Amino acid sequence: MSFELQASLRARNFDMSLSLSDGETVAILGPNGAGKSTLLGVIAGLLRPDSGAARIGHKELFNLDGDSRLWSPPHQRGTALLAQEALLFPHLTALDNVAFGPRSSGASTAAAREAARHWLTEVDALPLAHRKPAQLSGGQAQRIAVARALAAEPELLLLDEPMAALDIHAAPLLRRVLKRVLKDRKAIIVTHDVLDAYMLADRVIVVEQGCIAEEGPTRQVLERPRSQFAAGLAGLNLVSGIITRDGITTPDGRVFAGQHDPDWSPVPGQAGVAAFPPSSVSVFLGDVHGSPRNAFPVTVTDLEPHGDQIRVRASAGALAQALSADITPAASADLGLVPGMDVRFVVKSALVSVYPA
Amino acid sequence: MKTATGYQGIPRWIYAVAALGGLLVVLPLLAMVARVNWPQFIPLITSDSSLAALGLSLRTSAASTVLCVVLGVPLALVLARGEFPGQRLLRSFVLLPLVLPPVVGGIALLYTFGRQGLLGKSLEVAGIQIAFSTTAVVLAQTFVALPFLVVSLEGALRSAGNKYEAVAATLGARPTTVLRRVTLPLVLPGLASGAVLSFARSLGEFGATLTFAGSLEGVTRTLPLEIYLQRETDADAAVALSLVLVAVAVAVVGLSYGVRRSSAVAAVRP
Repeated sequence: MSFELQASLRARNFDMSLSLSDGETVAILGPNGAGKSTLLGVIAGLLRPDSGAARIGHKELFNLDGDSRLWSPPHQRGTALLAQEALLFPHLTALDNVAFGPRSSGASTAAAREAARHWLTEVDALPLAHRKPAQLSGGQAQRIAVARALAAEPELLLLDEPMAALDIHAAPLLRRVLKRVLKDRKAIIVTHDVLDAYMLADRVIVVEQGCIAEEGPTRQVLERPRSQFAAGLAGLNLVSGIITRDGITTPDGRVFAGQHDPDWSPVPGQAGVAAFPPSSVSVFLGDVHGSPRNAFPVTVTDLEPHGDQIRVRASAGALAQALSADITPAASADLGLVPGMDVRFVVKSALVSVYPA
Repeated sequence: MKTATGYQGIPRWIYAVAALGGLLVVLPLLAMVARVNWPQFIPLITSDSSLAALGLSLRTSAASTVLCVVLGVPLALVLARGEFPGQRLLRSFVLLPLVLPPVVGGIALLYTFGRQGLLGKSLEVAGIQIAFSTTAVVLAQTFVALPFLVVSLEGALRSAGNKYEAVAATLGARPTTVLRRVTLPLVLPGLASGAVLSFARSLGEFGATLTFAGSLEGVTRTLPLEIYLQRETDADAAVALSLVLVAVAVAVVGLSYGVRRSSAVAAVRP
């Protein structure tokens, strides 16, 4: 059974449509305030959009188009929500927390507890069954919250940054648990972490300002990004323009030479992007000898350590985009770089990939 | 006990004024205790009329506490979670008995349930008489005590937030199940302390009871009414009974404080 949604909510500047096929896990990436949590709220029935419709298979979750005013309440939707905080009911043991979903759908206490034990085993938390939430660590509580959501047997599982509140030791274990239980399950996971997208998702949707900016298979989006946000996640510089025979031309007439990506067969004249890693960028003061291609003036905005390199962030004036270069600390010191300095960025054209936007 | 190790930020003279405030409450109580006729204490509080008044007070206060819970829980839920026009107005009206002189409440009740009252006339036809009965005592006490429960519970509901309820709903729990298995258990300490306060307020109710229910021994003469009556004839009995009421009040406040503290401890633990 597939999931389809189209919804808009003007008060939050939100307008999205998306669909999931059976057994598919989709990661939603995007900056804060882009509408990721709004999307989950609308699907779960906690937020009411102005218009739109959603269905899982033949079951309509809501239909607010035209004269239709169909709105099924959260408890009839089969869309369990797992939030950043575990939100285990503090007065119930771990076991009874997990048994809550089955109990609510009418199972007997014994049957519900049996199901709860099964799901606690799935998330490696059976030994914690008789603890109260106050006696659990953040990672343990979140694993039990996963079991509780799964025990409700949702048709679509919604995860809102489930790893965000965990410390770095607890996150890997939960990520492994999620990888196991999300297999062949319809799920939407909101995350800030590229690793979550790679490990858990079949497909990635990048949202910006309440709309879908980009979507596609995880590897494609993160290795060949077409939105600034995805490029930032992938650690790439991204320049958009019109594809030419040997690169792209930006709207202000700058020419970027680069390699056409053969997998994408870019056609000259098409809208496209040039992506290149910060390590392919060198920094020079004043004029560059031999006038290589892809040299252009920028203003340094920021310097920060990045691994054993210095990441130089710069604004490229009319290009109106931030570009980054990675150079050695020694080179940075030799050049005497400080924010506000005018320098030249030179990009090795062999490392610039050009593909359609 | 906490020890004063950190900076307190209170000027010293504040302690002097605070002591004055404390004295204003404690001194009259001490004065009353000093005036108790101890040799006669037990006979005084176990006289027929005293026991009848005490029994009636406890019974009616218990009944009005139950009524406060039954009516106050839905009111608090509607005020804390609902969204409807006139919500703020409803809150103001529910809280009105807190600031209203009880005798005014009694008059209002009389013109509602009295023989010539708004509903009283129809009830009279149906053969039901409320004014000047034990039912009237319970109604008067509920009228003045209800806001205590509503305020206490509404505060607890607001600070608990509705995140747990939203999660419960997405797990498939219908609203009544969410109320029973999530909302009420979460605010149980607030509900308990609200109920205790309502009980205490009911126990001390005087003005509305006297106006609406009168002072009929064994039927409507509760302990405060009995004390007021005895004061005219037998000051020793009035003082002895007052001490009983103080003891009950102290026990109730202690109980409520214990409930709050245990809930605070539960909330502080991670």
